[in-house]
Amino acid sequence: MLWSTILLAIREIRRNLMRSFLTVLGIVIGVSAVITMVTLGNGATQAVADQISSLGSNLLILRPGQRVGGPGGGGGARRFDVRDAEAIRSQIGSIKAVAPTTTSAVTVIYGAKNWSTTATGTTSDDFVAANWHLASGRVFTEAEEKNGKAVCVIGETVRRELYGAQAPVGTGMRVKGFSCEVIGLLASKGQASGGQDQDDTVILPLRTVQRRITGRPTVNTILISVKDGASSTAVADQITGLMRERRKITGAKEDDFNILDTKEIAATLSGTTKTLTLLLGAVAAVSLLVGGIGIMNIMLVSVTERTREIGVRLAIGALEGEVLLQFLIEAIVLASIGGLVGIALATIASVVLTKVMSVPYAFNVGINVLSFVFSAAIGVLFGYVPARRAARLNPITALRHE
Amino acid sequence: MSAAPASEAEPPGLALPPAPIREPGAASRPLLELVGLTKIYGEGTAAVKALGGVDLSVQAGEFVAVMGPSGSGKSTAMNILGCLDTPSGGAYLFRGVHVEKLTGKQRTLLRRHFLGFVFQGFNLLARTSAEENVELPLLYRGVSTAERRTAARIALDSVGLKGWEGHTPAQLSGGQQQRVAIARAIVTKPSVLLADEPTGNLDTQRSHEIMDLITALNRDLGITILMVTHEADMAAYARRIVSFRDGLVESDVENQPREEAG
Repeated sequence: MLWSTILLAIREIRRNLMRSFLTVLGIVIGVSAVITMVTLGNGATQAVADQISSLGSNLLILRPGQRVGGPGGGGGARRFDVRDAEAIRSQIGSIKAVAPTTTSAVTVIYGAKNWSTTATGTTSDDFVAANWHLASGRVFTEAEEKNGKAVCVIGETVRRELYGAQAPVGTGMRVKGFSCEVIGLLASKGQASGGQDQDDTVILPLRTVQRRITGRPTVNTILISVKDGASSTAVADQITGLMRERRKITGAKEDDFNILDTKEIAATLSGTTKTLTLLLGAVAAVSLLVGGIGIMNIMLVSVTERTREIGVRLAIGALEGEVLLQFLIEAIVLASIGGLVGIALATIASVVLTKVMSVPYAFNVGINVLSFVFSAAIGVLFGYVPARRAARLNPITALRHE
Repeated sequence: MSAAPASEAEPPGLALPPAPIREPGAASRPLLELVGLTKIYGEGTAAVKALGGVDLSVQAGEFVAVMGPSGSGKSTAMNILGCLDTPSGGAYLFRGVHVEKLTGKQRTLLRRHFLGFVFQGFNLLARTSAEENVELPLLYRGVSTAERRTAARIALDSVGLKGWEGHTPAQLSGGQQQRVAIARAIVTKPSVLLADEPTGNLDTQRSHEIMDLITALNRDLGITILMVTHEADMAAYARRIVSFRDGLVESDVENQPREEAG
C-alpha cells in the first residue's frame, strides 16, 4: 500500500514535469541563497579574524599625538626615541618584545628594476611583535643593529617586483642610494584589513634607517608585544603612566600620545563582521521567504486541476487517507529533491565565491539543515493543506470544481 | 475538454469478454432500493427539499434511464445511489445493506468494489495514458501491476480502443475519451454502472455509439445501468424510464428499447 502510493506519487511528479520543476526551483533558490550568503558571511568574519591575528597577537602600538583622525596623527607632539623603548623594556613587566620602529618611503633598485616601497627601521624584536615569519635567510644580529649595518629583510611583494624567479638572499640591493645586503625574505602575510599590502616592505636595523634614510634619531611608533595570558589593558595603563612621567604630563592634562590595542581593534572588527553576517542572513531569509512564496503559488495554482483529480480518485473508490498520503509523498519527494539540489548548488557557489573573494570556506552544518528543513516544510505544507481540503470535499463537489 | 480532429477514425467493433458478472439468484431481491428517501439542503427557512420521499427499486441487470428537468432531484438521487452523498431521511438499501448507516469509509469501499462511474465531463486524469487511467481503480484495490495491465487492456479492447492504450486524453476525441472513462468504470467488473449524462458533451453520432456500448455492457455483461439523461433519444435505449419532478418520482414506465444501430 505505502509502496504503491510512493510509486503513484513519483509517477505523478514525472507526469507533471513543468509543475514539479517550478516547485523544485523555488526550493532550490531559497535553500542555495541562504546557505551561500551565510557561508560567505562566516568566511568574511573568519578572514577578518585571520588578518587580525596576522597583525600580531596582544600587540600594543604606541604613537605620538592624540588619537583623533585615525592612524598617523602625529601632530606636533614630541616623537619617541630609542630611550623610551628601553625604558618600557626595563620598567614594565609582562612584555615579550619591544620594537621601536620608524618608517620612510623609499625607492629600492635591483639590477634594472626599481620599486617604491616602505623602509621599516626596527630591532629584531619587531619580528616577534609584528608576528613576522621568515621564508628564507635570517633576521639581523644584535651587532648589525648596534652598528647600523646595511642589511635588510625584504617582503614578498618587493621580492616579486625586483627579483622575479631569482633567489634574493645574499644579493645586494640599492636602498635610497646605498647598497644593502638582503639577508632574509619574509613569509607572506597578505593584505591587512585596511587593504594595504603588508608584504610591500623592506625591514632594516633601526639605526641604519635613522642614519642613512631619515637622518633623525627619533622613531614613529613603538610596538610592544604583551606576554600571552597577561592583560594588555593593564600593560597599556602602565605604559601610559610611564610615558606621562617621561613626557612630564601632569594632573588633568591630556596625553600627547596614544596606545592602540590590537585586541580592541579585533573586537571592533569582529563586531562589525558579525553585524554583516546578520545582515546577509536577513537578506537570505527574505530570499528563502520569496522561494517559499513561489512554492506556495505553484502548489495553489495547480489546486483546481488537482481538486478534480482528487474528485475522480475519491469517486472511483480511493479513501481520503490514500489520496492524502499520495499528495504528502509527492510534496516530500519534491521538497527533498529541491533541498538537496539547493545544498549542492550552494556548496559549489560558496566554494567558488569564497575563492574569488579570498576568504576561507567552511561547510556550515547548521544553516544547511535549517534552510533545508524550512523550505521542505513550506513545500510539504502548501502541497498538503490544499489537498487535504479537497479530499474532505464531497467527491461530486470536487469533480465540479472550477 | 479537448477534441481531437474529426478525421480521426474510431475503431469499430465491440469485442466483449464473455464472462457475465450477474449475481446468481439476485433477482429475488432488489439490488438497489430507496424507501421514503428525502434530502434537504440548508437549514431553517433557507432549507431546500431536493428529494421529498422517493421510493424506487432496481433489480440486478436492469437498464434504467433517469430523466427530469433541472432541479427535479434526479442528480441528488443519483449521487445518493452512487454512495457519493448521504440522504437526510429514509433508507437506501444496497443488496439489503442500509447504506445510510455506513461510515464514509465504508461507503468508499462500497464504491470501490461494486460501483462504476461515468461522468458527463469524462474526468480522465490529464497527461495520463488511457491505459493508466483505466488501471486507476484497480490500483486502489491492490491489484498487482501485471494483472492491472491485462485487465486494463481487456477493458480498453471491449470499448473498441485497442491500439489507443498509450494515448493521453488530449490526443483522443471526446467520444474516445468517454470510451476510456467507460473502460475505467467497468475494469473492476462492477455490479452497477452509474452514468451521469454520459453523452452530454458529445455530438449525435458519438452519442449513439456510446449508447450502443452501454447497451452492450448491460446486455452482455449483465451490468445494471443507471443513467441520468435529459435527452429522450438517449433514454430510448433503456428498458425502464424513471422521471423525476419536484423531488418525487413522477413516472416509472417500461420501455421497448429502440433497435441498435449496429
